[in-house]
Amino acid sequence: MSTVKTIQVDIVSAEKALFSGRAESLVATAIYGEVGILPNHAPLLAELKPGEVRVKINENTTEIFYISGGMLEVQPDSVTVLADTAERAKDLDEAQALKAKQRAEQILHEKHTDFDYAKARAEIAMAAAQLRAIQKLRDKH
Amino acid sequence: MASTKEIRTKIKSIGNTRKITKAMEMVAASKMRRAQDRMLASQPYADRIRSVIGHLANARPEYEPIYMRVRPAYRVGYIIVSSDRGLCGGLNNNLFKATIESMLEWRNKNVEVDLCLIGQKAESFFKRVGGQIVGHVSHLGDSPQMNDLIGTVKVMLDAYSEGRIDRLFIVSNKFINTMTQEATVQQLLPFPPADEMVREYQWDYLYEPDPHYLLDLLSMRYVEAQVYQSVVENIASEQAARMVAMKAASDNAEDLIGELKLIYNKARQAAITQELSEIISGAAAV
Repeated sequence: MSTVKTIQVDIVSAEKALFSGRAESLVATAIYGEVGILPNHAPLLAELKPGEVRVKINENTTEIFYISGGMLEVQPDSVTVLADTAERAKDLDEAQALKAKQRAEQILHEKHTDFDYAKARAEIAMAAAQLRAIQKLRDKH
Repeated sequence: MASTKEIRTKIKSIGNTRKITKAMEMVAASKMRRAQDRMLASQPYADRIRSVIGHLANARPEYEPIYMRVRPAYRVGYIIVSSDRGLCGGLNNNLFKATIESMLEWRNKNVEVDLCLIGQKAESFFKRVGGQIVGHVSHLGDSPQMNDLIGTVKVMLDAYSEGRIDRLFIVSNKFINTMTQEATVQQLLPFPPADEMVREYQWDYLYEPDPHYLLDLLSMRYVEAQVYQSVVENIASEQAARMVAMKAASDNAEDLIGELKLIYNKARQAAITQELSEIISGAAAV
């Protein structure tokens, strides 16, 4: 039995877990350059650039993941890669936000902006009454 | 009494409706299962970030990120997660009801409310009743991408960090089980610092680049992850609600068909009886 030390590696994104398992080492592209992580590394928190994450599972197997940026957290016995799911850049985010705002403005254009609590409640009450009526009808049968 | 032909047509049309509702029920059931999987898949990311933030906040007590600072509320923001489509029972209505109750509370304290809408149903509802809408996204489909949500979340995050809103809430349906979905209002910002971890010695990370920047970045990602989680959970809730509603509709169609068949048979029998008695009385007259 080999006594090679291993670390727990988890690569997760907001949408799904990409990898989880023990590995001998991991190499990722941090903002200031590549970092290699071996077991018993000091706690580290780094921002990752878009690039590859290489996970050496054993002598013969290395898995490579391409991530579009993210975060690397290292504990002595575990490594977590918090991968971004999409291309993230400040101006890209800015553009997305602008789009969301534009869509909102479009809605605002088509109607008055004053929130009408009375009307809202009345509408909900009406819908609820309809549902209740349907329920009653159903119970009768 | 309606003619037998009329009743027959009606039975047929209800039968067709039942076929549709039955199909929708089955589609919703399978979509629900997939949405539940996605719900679970997005959990570890948020958990992990939360624990890192918790540690960072403990290790760096001198720096309190803006996302944790509690300030007096003059204006609050809501992210409302609704579905794109209807036919899912009272799901969206319960959601809007919870939203309005919560909004009213703030209004009674003279606090203004900004809205950020996700989903078509929220759009059409607030279009009708009004409201200060600052961001909107819809048509996310069954498997939403984080990419589609970034803009909407950023609008609110920016508003928060620039001090335009002082609280951020998210309203969405929590998936409890197939039969129960609960509309909940949850506070996103400022988020409470994690409980003090039990540690034997004080330790700290090495940072690349500096901790403040990382802490802010993590906080942002955390909020995004939570919104994403809510959206996915809302989809699971929507499918579950639709499944139940369509099952009820199919059952109702079944009942209706049963009743109509009874009426149909009675009408048919009446027609035969009438014909017979006409023949008999005709024969008697001869």
